[in-house]
Amino acid sequence: MDRLLTLLNENARLTTRQLAAMLNETEENVESAINAYEKSGVIRGYKAIINWEKVDANNAIAIIELRVVPKRERGFDEIAGKIMALPEVDSVYLISGGYDLAVFVHGSSMQEIAMFVMRRLATLDSVQSTATHFVLTRYKADGIIMNAAEEKDERRELFCD
Amino acid sequence: MIDYRASMNPKVLEIKPSGIRKFFDIANEIEDVISLSIGEPDFVTPWHVRQEGIRSLEEGKTWYSPNRGFAELRKEICKWFSRHYKVDYNPDKECLVTVGGSEAIDGALRCLICPGDEVLIPQPSFVCYEPLTRMAGGVPVILETKAEDAFRLTPEALRAAITPKTKLLILPYPNNPTGAVMRREHLNAIADVLRDTDILVLSDEIYSELTYGDTRHVSFAAIDGMRERTIVVNGFSKAFAMTGWRLGFALGPEALIGQMTKLHQYAIMSAPTTSQYAAIEAMKNGDSDSVYMREQYDMRRRLIVDGFNEMGLPCFEPEGAFYIFPCIRSTGMTSEEFCERLIHEEHVAVVPGTAFGDCGEGFVRVSYSYSIRHITEALSRIAHFVARVRDGKA
Repeated sequence: MDRLLTLLNENARLTTRQLAAMLNETEENVESAINAYEKSGVIRGYKAIINWEKVDANNAIAIIELRVVPKRERGFDEIAGKIMALPEVDSVYLISGGYDLAVFVHGSSMQEIAMFVMRRLATLDSVQSTATHFVLTRYKADGIIMNAAEEKDERRELFCD
Repeated sequence: MIDYRASMNPKVLEIKPSGIRKFFDIANEIEDVISLSIGEPDFVTPWHVRQEGIRSLEEGKTWYSPNRGFAELRKEICKWFSRHYKVDYNPDKECLVTVGGSEAIDGALRCLICPGDEVLIPQPSFVCYEPLTRMAGGVPVILETKAEDAFRLTPEALRAAITPKTKLLILPYPNNPTGAVMRREHLNAIADVLRDTDILVLSDEIYSELTYGDTRHVSFAAIDGMRERTIVVNGFSKAFAMTGWRLGFALGPEALIGQMTKLHQYAIMSAPTTSQYAAIEAMKNGDSDSVYMREQYDMRRRLIVDGFNEMGLPCFEPEGAFYIFPCIRSTGMTSEEFCERLIHEEHVAVVPGTAFGDCGEGFVRVSYSYSIRHITEALSRIAHFVARVRDGKA
């Protein structure tokens, strides 16, 4: 049922009935497949993709590059575990290339994020260096174009003259 | 003052204006209209196909092509057709590249029709057959197809319509607007009626790649004995999401394609060169694109059919193209009333079935060439509308 995952990944609000119709499956089968995915941890949650810029909420996002010293035996897992436990952190990725961890952080202002980096991240004992990049605009996130107006349908009606 | 109307060819004056225009005048005035009315793919032409068009421009290939189309394209078209539909054509003599399927239809009609010839046109169907038949001097004879026959042309209806003046049968399957397809057994039954006649067939198979279910499209030319009397029209618009490139083709016996080529050479000269370079790539390496798009349409098809059935507007299961044709009689409205109220009250645009022939009364055409998000939103608005109408709280 990989197609089920693809559909949910695009739109988790489709009803079981709609999913079943699209996949030519029974509702029971779809329901039990979703349960199985949730139970096994393939599906980890459902959430809305929100364009916060439209909500007028105080919201800043930053991507922080971290260079860290990996620990014997546990590698990067220990430091990653510490970082992802912090509520300000949205995503933590181990990355190939010039640095080790990419940490996506949100806060109510750039100032707040700066304080967070200084006080909570930079002080962690295996962190060697940080580089903080503030996000200025999110054009597209999670596969969704943020400004709906840019999704304009340019097709036109024929036979209207 | 020139009396323009008196100067006009009366056949042009007699062409009825399109029935859909007024809905779009309304739609344009309402802000948040959701449309399910568009008759072209929502996909963009696959990148590797676009790239070949771009490359040809970068290389300065901006001249006319040979009248009948580039030899390489004709060769690839014939290979593609043989690979998919198991009928072989000679690329040099039996293939003409046209400006969309539309030019091929017009050219075939103009080459075949003598004044007074009868042309059998199943309806509901694409809007162009009737006016183009009249312009060619023919007499359209409408074969009304019915929901209980899954909008297929039946051999009985065909037999009943044949007269000594019958010149041509148009076979518009997979069908716009009903989504009906003719499977092999249905085509066999039509072929049995035609076999002892001189009636020619114009098989408009432009939606051939959008055929759903366990078996793929069958070309009428693949039916025993039918190749010699059939002009197959197909093209790139639907299978490869290439509507704006305006490219199609006709396949048929040399004697017919040769005459059509003559007309094409004087009326059009040659199909767009850039489009032909892109189309070569589509024919060679585009099969998986068609499969991907078909799978996407198929999911939307199931979603939208289920949605209409759930709201109590029965909808026979369409097996081709990207339209459904639900029956709206239970609402007590005509097709036009339904569409007009739906757009005013719920801001959803669909097309009245009557735009595709009088026998489309009682139905509406709903396109699912839209994103799933768009379709689900439109479905919930339509369901809301239908429920309100049923409750009599209009």
